Amino acid sequence: MVIKIFKNFFKKIFSRLFKGKKDVKLGFYGPPNSGKTSLANRVCKDFTGEEIGSVSKVPHETRNVQFKEKVEIDYKGKKITFKMIDTPGIATKIDYEDFLKYKVKKKEAKSRAKEATQGIIESIKWLDDMDLVVIVLDATKNPYNQVNITIIGNLVARKIPVLIVANKIDLRKSSIKQIEAAFPEYDVIGISAKYGKNIEEFYESIFKLSKKI
Amino acid sequence: MVRKKRGSIGKIKGFSIQFLPFVEISNLNSTGRIRKILNIVLGNHILILQGRLKPEEETRLIGDTMAMIGHVKGFKGIELAVISGNGNNQGGFFGKIRQNLANSLAKGDLGAVTIIGPATIVKDIKKNPKKIELFLNR
Repeated sequence: MVIKIFKNFFKKIFSRLFKGKKDVKLGFYGPPNSGKTSLANRVCKDFTGEEIGSVSKVPHETRNVQFKEKVEIDYKGKKITFKMIDTPGIATKIDYEDFLKYKVKKKEAKSRAKEATQGIIESIKWLDDMDLVVIVLDATKNPYNQVNITIIGNLVARKIPVLIVANKIDLRKSSIKQIEAAFPEYDVIGISAKYGKNIEEFYESIFKLSKKI
Repeated sequence: MVRKKRGSIGKIKGFSIQFLPFVEISNLNSTGRIRKILNIVLGNHILILQGRLKPEEETRLIGDTMAMIGHVKGFKGIELAVISGNGNNQGGFFGKIRQNLANSLAKGDLGAVTIIGPATIVKDIKKNPKKIELFLNR
């Protein structure tokens, strides 16, 4: 009996120590073209000098889950090592004809649409594995999109800490207030991933949120 | 609110709206619920569901929809919106308890309405705290 208690005690201590050393899995989720890869690239470039993926004006540019291991973020002398996970944008519909508007050829548009549907399925599967999630929203768009609400609802159900980022605040049409009004119970950070505006505030929020894991 | 553009909805000759009371899915498991919903949507009906799905069921509905896009001819996905009355907090603390009790007895959130339509018919559902607008494909 005593041996069993000691065994469990040491098991707990070691598992906590081991857990503490593991990299924090930081996921970037959101609708297509909200700037998830741009933000992940900004973070990766700041701390590793390399980007995680390519960005484009054509929706569903990211069609596979992309990773960057061992990204050590240094903020005011404190360091946390993250595994960055950039996910394809989640949507409820995919029409290859939408890609034709961006001068993509029909054959390529069809294959892009097929890959995009698979990417969305992959994104959803990855929801279970995240430690922290950044929801990247386009601050120029209506935030009351059911996909946003569904993703956040899933993260809450899984008790995964969430930070909402209102991206593209460099654009005149952007409104952080609209996003704050849509998600009043969450911290919303307005940033411009493209120009790095407010990126320090973003790092501060990530560090604060990491304490909740 | 169904809105038509300047009195015409172009090629669409008509569309059907199907109402599904929550009691019809309350005893089904997640797979059964999603199958029933997708069958209605694949029949080119706009579905108005009393209540809402669980968050994990909503993501599964999106995942299953994506899986069907490549396999069902002409299917391009769905438009989805949930109107929830939970934000009002009417009745305070006891009102909340009463609502939670009612929800658990009904095995779902009956204070909400879910609208799901095939993307070939429903172009967009725009929602803000004051209104919901359904835009149809022409």
